[in-house]
Amino acid sequence: MDMKEQKALALTAAKARSLAMDEVYTAGAGHIGGSLSITDVLTTLYFRVMKVDPKNPKAPDRDRFVLSKGHTTPALYAVLALRGFFSEEELKLFRSIKGHLSGHPDMVHVPGVDMSTGSLGQGISAAVGMALAGKLDKKDYRVYAALGDGEIEEGQVWEAAMAAAKYHLDNLCAVVDVNGLQIDGSTADVMPSEPLDQKFAAFNWNVIKVDGHDLAAIAAAFEAAAAHKGQPTVILAKTTKGKGVSFMENDAGWHGKAPNDEQYAKAHEELAARIAELEVE
Amino acid sequence: MADKIATRAAYGEAIVALAEEYPELVVLDADLASATMTKKFSQTYPDRFFDMGIAECNMVGVAAGLATCGKKPFVNSFAMFSAGRAFEQVRNSVAYPRLNVKVVGSHGGLSVGEDGATHQCCEDMALMRTIPGMVVCCPCDGNEMKAAVKAFLDYEGPAYLRMCRLATENVTDAIPGYKFELGKGVTLREGNDVTIIAVGLMVLEALKAADMLAAEGIHARVIDMHTIKPLDTELVKKAAQETGCIITSEEHSVIGGLGEAVCSYVSENCPVPVLRHGVEDTFGRSGKAPLVLEHYGLTAEKLAEKARQALKLKK
Repeated sequence: MDMKEQKALALTAAKARSLAMDEVYTAGAGHIGGSLSITDVLTTLYFRVMKVDPKNPKAPDRDRFVLSKGHTTPALYAVLALRGFFSEEELKLFRSIKGHLSGHPDMVHVPGVDMSTGSLGQGISAAVGMALAGKLDKKDYRVYAALGDGEIEEGQVWEAAMAAAKYHLDNLCAVVDVNGLQIDGSTADVMPSEPLDQKFAAFNWNVIKVDGHDLAAIAAAFEAAAAHKGQPTVILAKTTKGKGVSFMENDAGWHGKAPNDEQYAKAHEELAARIAELEVE
Repeated sequence: MADKIATRAAYGEAIVALAEEYPELVVLDADLASATMTKKFSQTYPDRFFDMGIAECNMVGVAAGLATCGKKPFVNSFAMFSAGRAFEQVRNSVAYPRLNVKVVGSHGGLSVGEDGATHQCCEDMALMRTIPGMVVCCPCDGNEMKAAVKAFLDYEGPAYLRMCRLATENVTDAIPGYKFELGKGVTLREGNDVTIIAVGLMVLEALKAADMLAAEGIHARVIDMHTIKPLDTELVKKAAQETGCIITSEEHSVIGGLGEAVCSYVSENCPVPVLRHGVEDTFGRSGKAPLVLEHYGLTAEKLAEKARQALKLKK
């Protein structure tokens, strides 16, 4: 990826973070910490990697994405809006009874959402099913899924991991957002899941480790995943929960909480400054 | 005596027979293909069969993903596991997004027999019935099962198909003008003293009970309510109005299944006495299936007794 594209992606990601923050603040609820950690991955997917058409969101041959860590809709909706699946104006109705942007992804009502998720551990299974259908129909679309590093404590994730390897789903690429935190504290304290690379390797997956905030590295990882044949790929993206907002970074307390007026003003200032910085460059 | 075939065996034949006509049909199993009777399909259409191992929750989720890509997946396991263990996957990954997945629960009810309580699921229809938009169907014999499988393939949306282990006599093939339609009960016998509304295995018992009652001069109407959701309320209302009392009968808990579905409707719309015949609030136990059924009172004799009780309550 050249510098120009990298800068453009960084600007899009910065805008997505700002929109995600606005959504959670306006709704007075939502999962901001994990949204900010997965934003760079989502931006890279929707603005560089995936073949999608916002005008034809159900195109049969499109690439598919499943937000298995379904609670981080603020980031997903922001990226989908920026990509043109619906207007940014609609983000104001996030989690509102007046709108369709529910707290967790809803494929029936939200254009661009390929699977309804929210109950942790279930999205990855659906992604396996989509990839299986692609193999069955001899289509060349690819399927992506994002999981949380807390989410993988669900046994279903490993059931799905076994099935993906059994069927050699090299058209499937999962990303684990390794931010190290979950609601009750650090994943190391709540339920130690490392070594994740060895676990996925033992489940017969191709494993790639990457800095989840390095856009060029993320893009390269997706390219390597696409080139790898015979096995599904997992990208272990090392991230910072709350990335981009100084007082939210690495604090489990910001898992599912909305900022108050003062906190929002500060967060907005930091995120807007990042956008301005990238626009000048 | 009429031919005997287990509904699960008829199901296994039906999915093979319909596979050419429905190229989008795919079948998933969880290491029980010989018992759920999907084995023949797996051998005949190996590319369209997926053994997902002993991992029912993932199996249901994978089916949901297949359905988003236009497939018509049937997921198979014992009722205890497809409807029980994977309940939340059925609710959140299948029914909430209204995906076209058919959840199949074989070995429903006490007639599982020797395996005992852990495998005798008497709560599956209740669980599935509580999920918004879910169709819940339990055919009474092989003939009806084959028709139900075709109806399931033609129906777009989430649905649950319950079947049982025991071989049972065909009753519907002898019914003149018998036609299967999802959501429409079938009147197997006319009568105006009392109505027995039965589902699954208990339909045959209901017919036997009607014979016993007839010998006493009591004319029982018998309805085969293969679909308990959506309930054929028109037929239930007619029965309430014309016979004045109703017995429901199911190889399932009296909580949450056919009995409660009928009670709810009747009490709100056309109140008459309704007595529920089924598995009382209890777990099953091991034993030869007919003996287990007898132990828990799931017999024509007990059903006839309930009918006599209902008649006494009738105004």
